[in-house]
Amino acid sequence: MATSALPQRRSLKRTFITPEGVDLKLELGSAGSRAGAFLIDIIMMTLILVVFTLFFVFVAEVKTASFFLALWFIGYFVLRNGWFALFEMGSRGATPGKRLVGLRVVARDGARLTGAAVIARNAMREIEVFLPLSFLGQQTAAGTADTFLVLFALTWSGIFLFFPVFNRDRLRVGDLVAGTWVVVAGKAKLSADLVGSEYRPRRVFSQAALNLYGIYELQTLEEVLRTGQSDAITTVAQTIRYKAGLPDDGDDYGFLYDYYAALCARLEAGLMVGRRRESKHES
Amino acid sequence: MNAPFAAPGDAPLVNATRFRAAHSGDWEHLEELVTRMEKRSMRSLSDDDLLALPGLYRTTLSSLSVARDTSLDRALINYLEQLCTRAYFQIYGVQTPAHRQLARFFAKGWPEAVRALWRETLFCVVMTFGAAVAAYLLIRSDPSWFYSIIPEGLSDGRDPSASAEALRKTLYDDSGKDFLGVFATFLFTHNSQIAIFSFALGFAFAVPTVLLILYNGLMLGAFFAVFAAKGLGPNVAGWLMIHGTTEIFAICISGAAGIRIGMAIAFPGRLSRMDAAVRAGRIAATAMGGTIIMLAVAGLLEGVGRQTIMDDGLRALIGTAVLAGWLVYFYGWRSRSAEYGH
Repeated sequence: MATSALPQRRSLKRTFITPEGVDLKLELGSAGSRAGAFLIDIIMMTLILVVFTLFFVFVAEVKTASFFLALWFIGYFVLRNGWFALFEMGSRGATPGKRLVGLRVVARDGARLTGAAVIARNAMREIEVFLPLSFLGQQTAAGTADTFLVLFALTWSGIFLFFPVFNRDRLRVGDLVAGTWVVVAGKAKLSADLVGSEYRPRRVFSQAALNLYGIYELQTLEEVLRTGQSDAITTVAQTIRYKAGLPDDGDDYGFLYDYYAALCARLEAGLMVGRRRESKHES
Repeated sequence: MNAPFAAPGDAPLVNATRFRAAHSGDWEHLEELVTRMEKRSMRSLSDDDLLALPGLYRTTLSSLSVARDTSLDRALINYLEQLCTRAYFQIYGVQTPAHRQLARFFAKGWPEAVRALWRETLFCVVMTFGAAVAAYLLIRSDPSWFYSIIPEGLSDGRDPSASAEALRKTLYDDSGKDFLGVFATFLFTHNSQIAIFSFALGFAFAVPTVLLILYNGLMLGAFFAVFAAKGLGPNVAGWLMIHGTTEIFAICISGAAGIRIGMAIAFPGRLSRMDAAVRAGRIAATAMGGTIIMLAVAGLLEGVGRQTIMDDGLRALIGTAVLAGWLVYFYGWRSRSAEYGH
């Protein structure tokens, strides 16, 4: 396959074959979205802790103070250790942060996500995040945090923090031990049919004009049409007209629309006879 | 073939159109069912829906295959990919109900995991007591060792310079707290956090976990030495045993869990390093999750039991009985089922 001319990004798509034999092509969550989800979770946990604490301070009286203190210890423990684990054990396999960003946790072997795996991947968070943080916090509070210690804590958390960036599958240390990975959980709606059955071609393109592009360009054009940004449409229409040597008829959108339909029909006809032209660089 | 290219007749121009018209009903039905399952649960589906689900899933999956081969509508393929993925995880990745998972955990998962870790657990127990004996002997020969083992804040006056009377008081008069539950819950959460740590620290080739276990033993021996020097040996034994048997056992198991992970990563054997880590991780996590329960029991025994029971013999008896209970639960199971299996 001569796809080398296509933009070479390191792909996050992974082969994932269902028992029915279809490859679902899972897409791994990027490091950025993972970090975003984690931040959202941390902010939510902090907010809950603050509200929870204030509530107890407000409600507790001298007589019941110790009862509420005990409750607070339990609450803090459950929040700290249970937030990630309990949500990920649910049917969506995602914490609220992950859900907002559109991620979910999945077993790498495609089997069901067990409770043990979820506990393992989240217990590891203790050494990835909480240990260096609480260590640093304690020493800072005591005023004994010297440069060396700060440096050590930062290096420690740095190694674990950037662990996902240094492996191909974006695995956290916890994912590694638990046999899980985090995938994008897209929820796209069924898009409108771009061409439709009512469509009748208004323009006719020459063979040469339709030979200009392949599937990659077709799908880029599809994106341009679906997004519908007028300046993008103008630019693309002018480029195609220039390459095909066609006159400007003043209707950029209509032109692109017709060109898309004709090119799509032509390339699909090619598919039927086993000719898949991936990009304009193939013949 | 130089004629201008045009669509033939009245048929839809592109495959996606034909394809959407034929199957979009099924896709949207599946999407609706999957959304409902994600929002609530499998139980929110009616019998008809449940019967329709596998068929719809397979239809959509084959739609995806066909679409990839015949259609160039990127948005359509995207939609089908995402819908199939969601359906897959609802159908194959479905969670066992929580109560069934819990029942399985107590009946099988937990004792089996602990049993699988017996070598590491034994190692931790030996390390703990070895360190305790070492600390004991050191401090008996030179009490100043105490101060290099126990941090200042932790000893709370219980050091070699304390009088026998003061020490005795700490064993029987650490009440004075109006609600014992606070102390119990504090101990429970604190110790559980340590258990989780020693599990997680195992990742660094088990070294920090072993150090943690050793240090735990050193502290144990150091305290014992201080009391024993004043002739309070049996008393402090009872004081420690009522909860200590459960607590030390739990810490040893979580340490064993950490060691298992560290060893699996350091010496994966025939498996790949990844597979070895995953296999060790599952067992270790199950055992570690169980230690939280053990530590809750220990917290109750320490925070409530010890404050209400003042008799040394009774304290030691309770500690021994609870330990025996744990041992039978974890290790007695197999021998019994093996007997029945004969």
